[in-house]
Amino acid sequence: MSLYNELPATFVTTNVDKLMNWGRASSLWYLLFGLACCGIELMQTGGPRADLDRFGSVPRATPRQSDLMIVAGTVTLKMASRVKLLYDQMPHPKYVISMGSCANCGGLFDKGYSVLRGVDKVIPVDLYVPGCPPRPEALTEGILEIQDKIHRERYLIRNS
Amino acid sequence: MLAGHFIRPRIVENDKDIAYECGEKPVGDARVQFNFRFYLVAIVFVIFDVEVAFMFPVAAVFRSWVEQGRGALALAEVLIFVAILFVGLIYVWSKGDLRWNAGRMKGET
Amino acid sequence: MKTEEIHQTLTARLGDAIGALHAETIDPWIEVQATAIVDVTRACKEDPALRFDFLSSLCGVDAGDSIFVVYHLYSYALRHSTVLKVKVPKDTPVTRSVTGVWRGADWFEREAYDLFGVRFEGHPDLRRILLPDDWEGHPLRKEYVFPSHYGGIDNTRDYNI
Repeated sequence: MSLYNELPATFVTTNVDKLMNWGRASSLWYLLFGLACCGIELMQTGGPRADLDRFGSVPRATPRQSDLMIVAGTVTLKMASRVKLLYDQMPHPKYVISMGSCANCGGLFDKGYSVLRGVDKVIPVDLYVPGCPPRPEALTEGILEIQDKIHRERYLIRNS
Repeated sequence: MLAGHFIRPRIVENDKDIAYECGEKPVGDARVQFNFRFYLVAIVFVIFDVEVAFMFPVAAVFRSWVEQGRGALALAEVLIFVAILFVGLIYVWSKGDLRWNAGRMKGET
Repeated sequence: MKTEEIHQTLTARLGDAIGALHAETIDPWIEVQATAIVDVTRACKEDPALRFDFLSSLCGVDAGDSIFVVYHLYSYALRHSTVLKVKVPKDTPVTRSVTGVWRGADWFEREAYDLFGVRFEGHPDLRRILLPDDWEGHPLRKEYVFPSHYGGIDNTRDYNI
């Protein structure tokens, strides 16, 4: 009985879509997933100077209440299955930001035997933020890009 | 709620709805036999919390009762109320139900 | 006390459980037989001239066809330190556990088991500590080949795209 991606594009549904997307983009709650040094920069991006809360993004400790997962830090092979399970437990619609070199491609530690070479090997990533670690301004730009992506999406209107 | 029921996507996949355990697969049953001391503390808390809740309206109108000259009556009523519940507190206290480490009961390991 | 004097004290007390003193390195070290390591470390801890009450570190070193288990000892009471090394052959790397002497050796020995495969007899709970429990191989050995798959995840990445 869900109308998600079901309706034709009319004046009403297009504007309801815009309203829904505005609501979703303006309250992107992110899952606190700081694994390593990028986690420190994630905390600072949520801190007072480069405030993420002004975009409506508050950190959540549980995947059930979050719609954005910021993977900040090196993912080891031991942790990879847990990352996958946490991603699965987030409700749709969900987005993933891969923050820092280690989450993008294994980064500095890609020659290691126990390092997962990029978190996109276990979960689908929407945005990659390069840096080691990326500055809070860079992560903020990443959040704004995700917001733009959400604005371009179709929520009730079916994808042709 | 009705709008949400129609609007939200309903995508079921993988292990989305298993119990959340910080990324680990949950092991065993969630129904554990928790210690009854928690229940005792909760019950005693609820009773005395309701008592406090009843005392708030009394405090709100007390001044107007004093101005009408019936302050003594109001005070006496509140004190009787508290005294009745205080007897209950003495009972619970002397029975040892407020002690967390109340020693071993029969059959408790 | 210098390591030479420690070596003399130990040899006087324990005889031929103590091997040679290797003094040519910056940290002179004393070689000890694997079967005698528990007695030697207990003597190090209890002898009033030595009193090594602190095991700073216990680690493994891969030396080709043998593995050295290296013990760094420190004495807070007498402010001296020394190094003991036990040489075990690589195909049967077995030695005794010193958790009876210092409780802190517990996790050090688990790490040496995890990364080198050295088995410590008498250890209360010898299992992997850093790597996942179903990992195969001991990574810090020289001949270790890094796996390209783990748990269904393909861990190869082509950097020349």
